[in-house]
Amino acid sequence: MEPLLQVRNLKTYFYTEEGTGKAVDGISFNIGEEKTLGVVGESGCGKSVTALSILGLISSPPGRILEGEILYNSRNGIIDLLKQKPTGELMRSIRGNEIAMIFQEPMTSLNPVYTVGDQIVEAVMLHQRLPKSQAKEKATDMLKSVGIPAPEQRFKAYPHELSGGMRQRVMIAMALSCNPKLLIADEPTTALDVTIQAQVLELLAELKSQYKTSMMFITHDLGIVANIADEIIVMYLGKIVEKASVKDLFYNPQHPYTQGLLNSLPTRDLSGKKRLVPISGVVPSPYEKVEGCVFHPRCPLAFSDCSSVVPDLYVCTKDHYAACLLKANSKED
Amino acid sequence: MSSNLPLLEVKNLKKYFNIRHKIFSRQKSILKAVDDVTFRIEEGETLGLVGESGCGKTTVGRSVLRLYKPTSGQIQIKLDSSMVDITNLSGRELMPLRKSMQIIFQDPYSSLNPRMTIGSTLREPLFAHKWGTKEEQEAQVLRILKAVGLKEEHLKRFPHEFSGGQRQRIAIARALVLHPKLVVADEPVSALDVSIQAQVLNLLEDLQKEFNFSYLFVAHNLFVVRHISQKIAVMYLGRIAEMGPTEGLFNKPRHPYTMALLSAIPLPDPEKKMNRIVLQGDVPNPIHLPRGCRFHLRCRYAEKECQEREPELREVGEGHTVACHFDF
Repeated sequence: MEPLLQVRNLKTYFYTEEGTGKAVDGISFNIGEEKTLGVVGESGCGKSVTALSILGLISSPPGRILEGEILYNSRNGIIDLLKQKPTGELMRSIRGNEIAMIFQEPMTSLNPVYTVGDQIVEAVMLHQRLPKSQAKEKATDMLKSVGIPAPEQRFKAYPHELSGGMRQRVMIAMALSCNPKLLIADEPTTALDVTIQAQVLELLAELKSQYKTSMMFITHDLGIVANIADEIIVMYLGKIVEKASVKDLFYNPQHPYTQGLLNSLPTRDLSGKKRLVPISGVVPSPYEKVEGCVFHPRCPLAFSDCSSVVPDLYVCTKDHYAACLLKANSKED
Repeated sequence: MSSNLPLLEVKNLKKYFNIRHKIFSRQKSILKAVDDVTFRIEEGETLGLVGESGCGKTTVGRSVLRLYKPTSGQIQIKLDSSMVDITNLSGRELMPLRKSMQIIFQDPYSSLNPRMTIGSTLREPLFAHKWGTKEEQEAQVLRILKAVGLKEEHLKRFPHEFSGGQRQRIAIARALVLHPKLVVADEPVSALDVSIQAQVLNLLEDLQKEFNFSYLFVAHNLFVVRHISQKIAVMYLGRIAEMGPTEGLFNKPRHPYTMALLSAIPLPDPEKKMNRIVLQGDVPNPIHLPRGCRFHLRCRYAEKECQEREPELREVGEGHTVACHFDF
């Protein structure tokens, strides 16, 4: 079966006064039907730009998608989203309808001057061509299914009247109101407290199986992807450094960056006695030019070739790839 | 004679804020941000103060440093081997004591003055407290700069030239340059990236060993404070729900809230996802506190007693106290 979304060699650069920022630099991945792909990385690694590129939301200038293909298996066959005009009819019928997105900060992504109910109704009327009365019913149902108590009253609430967790539930209700095939969640729980985060994650997992949606879950928190994803890509400075199933990634990490990230987590060692092992140095700015492997200035295992040769994604085991020269010879296996 | 005195002793600390609902309304309500909190920190020890947003942990930190004036209660700090009550001191009286108590803020982007070079940022506390001669001050700035892992050439630069992790190092250096006895660290790593968090946590630990001071370490993540604290206090809606030695609290949490908080943190292990306790509902509004136990609305073990009577902190082990009617 064709994957729902195939991203091929996507390159999104930003041209600013500071120079060229290679936010996303030649990445490829697939998202299968009803699967969850976790995208992990630190700030500035290009994970959000990847999501925005898929939706055609890169503002240009300064951004530009240089090359690549984003093949989306839509309700009407496979289309390359990059070939569509971002403001065109087709893109607008896909965005929010077939591919929906949840943003990090629900307070800034909801419109403060409309009630939350009206905002969901707007999306439903626009995409599903339903009359207002039915759209209202649908919106109330959605609010109910995301676990908002007294949905009829909350329908008339403005975003500022709701708590952070409730607002994020409204965002989820809105995103799922058109029954999308792909849900992109960009750090949806980062602004929430841990106990509320646990509620929202549980809700997302539940709704995902109920609505048979695929999900792309973007986060910097390795703990969350361990819980929610089927497959994971780890990004660093616009490149994918490792791609694997959840179990392979956490029990058998191959790339030194992934290993470093895991070792620097205070939750990794449950006895709490071991000292944290941080990755040395800092993430370079995307405007800096790094020759060879993007991670080599911080890599504890770097050797002479690392500063000149750009590593491909090498196969480590089946469906487990790492962009590290140390894995280059295992390519023949 | 002074060996038994703690470095910091806080007794029945309360901090209430008056909230006006509408701009011109006379109706006021009281927000009980901190409502009867008692704890002590020994010399060279770290107390981790954990809770969700709005639980009053930051208010405790700021009251302890007297950045707020407490509504009631008592704050004592040990200076020259005797306890000094700082609860009601005026700003002028506090000034000479301030070099013994410093703070590191969460966000290094807003806590450094963008128009001051790192050198002048670090020199300012020494200058304000008339610390030593000019040469001694210069030497002290260099010493502290090296201790936090920065270089001499950084002194002439401005905050915007540094990354988040480096800026936090500068903020740490500024807090430590006067050799304080107590450092309040208010979420010092939550604004940083994962790989940088570990660097800064290790640095905070090393500096404590080198300069021997105490931390009040405020954070929302239990695992972050675990690495650095000997004792942990878990706060909920202005009160301490549970306090105890780090290992005891992790191995056998006694309060249902601590249990839920521990289990809610996602672990980087795909097979450990099953036994999560998901709390229902939101944290109640601290202006309208629920009757009885503050936690009973979200507690899955709540019974009738919990709605009627607020539990007091009681001892359940050595130095381990919990505010719950039941034993778990």
